[in-house]
Amino acid sequence: MDRAPQNGVVILGSGLGGYTLARELRKLDAQVSITIVTADGGESYSKPMLSAAFAQGKDALSLMQKSPGQMAEDLKATILARHRVAAIRRDAKTVVIRRPDGDEMELGYGRLVLALGADPRPYVAEGSETAGLRTVNDLDDYAAWRAALSPGARVLLVGAGLIGSEFANDLAGAGFCVAVVDPAPWPLGRLLPQALGEEMAKALGEAGISFHLGRSVTRWSMGRAELDDGSAIAYDQALSAIGLIPRTRLASEAGLVVERGIKVDGSLATSDPAIFAMGDCAETPAGLLPFILPLMAEAKALAATLAGCETPLKLPALPVVVKTPALPMVVCPPAPGAVGDWVMEGAGRDRKALFVSPQGKALGFALSGARVNERQSLAKEMPDLL
Amino acid sequence: MKKYVCVVCGFVYDPAVGMPEDGIPAGTPFESIPDDWECPDCGVSKSDFEVQEG
Repeated sequence: MDRAPQNGVVILGSGLGGYTLARELRKLDAQVSITIVTADGGESYSKPMLSAAFAQGKDALSLMQKSPGQMAEDLKATILARHRVAAIRRDAKTVVIRRPDGDEMELGYGRLVLALGADPRPYVAEGSETAGLRTVNDLDDYAAWRAALSPGARVLLVGAGLIGSEFANDLAGAGFCVAVVDPAPWPLGRLLPQALGEEMAKALGEAGISFHLGRSVTRWSMGRAELDDGSAIAYDQALSAIGLIPRTRLASEAGLVVERGIKVDGSLATSDPAIFAMGDCAETPAGLLPFILPLMAEAKALAATLAGCETPLKLPALPVVVKTPALPMVVCPPAPGAVGDWVMEGAGRDRKALFVSPQGKALGFALSGARVNERQSLAKEMPDLL
Repeated sequence: MKKYVCVVCGFVYDPAVGMPEDGIPAGTPFESIPDDWECPDCGVSKSDFEVQEG
């Protein structure tokens, strides 16, 4: 069965990437056929809210912004929810889709967009596969995680990066007893200079979170994690937030070039000019860009390209908002490998850190507390990513 | 006047309140906000807001 005309656009994925692309493309082209295939339920929801919704008392249903039916109507698109893509047949320009009933169908495409997202990185240690360690990376995960938590539960969080810190703050705010383990010496270790990281640890500590920094879990058993210093943490539920792995299997099986993610050029085209990739699954010339603002910029550039006006991706410096109400923070990290030093201004919670090159050029920044409102003006002074 | 909601993070712009701290006085309709204004919560652009329904 072929439900899309051969010149149509087929988007794999209904996350923020797939849906934003469809919305932007529809603004530019009222006619083009758009089909969205998703293994999820196809609801539109705010993914960034998953790590900040608990304290606001929001369940999966209240995080849903629009049903798949509403999305289909708004976008004038066909949405195939709970459908999985088994393969991409580049020679025939079709994708093989497994329907919810298990039957397979083929869907033709003119242009295909991979907005597949990423899988949570698994935490592997002795016993980890049987310890009930959860991850939250989409609305279904969030619903399951929420259902598993009883009021006042002891939650062990592995990972004190961006998402881990947000979850920790959110869960502590919702009355859970939260412990965090991370081998880094301070939270958001890869994004923040030490002074700001320590300020964050202090603020989250005052919110009731206990930190086990510089530590790893070496052995899991149900309800108990042993750390590498010989201590142990008892927990009711454990959540791992140690990063993401781009979903590349479909692309590599189809023979597309894949490195850390699905390789795309400055126009987001993969090694097949009829296939594009964006968002968490894609590796752009500026690297993997697993944040909201690059994703929105990618969707806009790609929509213009698909509407017939080839538009290379341009990325100004894009600050990341860290949703930790205990200490509001905005980070605009320097490019990986950039040489320089952090220069600090301010004291206590309200600080500004500038990452400055030996030539005196500002390459990145981090702002905390009351100084986060300098985000917009500072971002304009930073070098472009692409 | 209509309220607008950020499609990414759900932040709602209410013209009756405005954003005085961003220099947007109460009573400013969404259409009159400068185009380079960004969502105060997540930083996406003004064009990523939709009319709030209901």
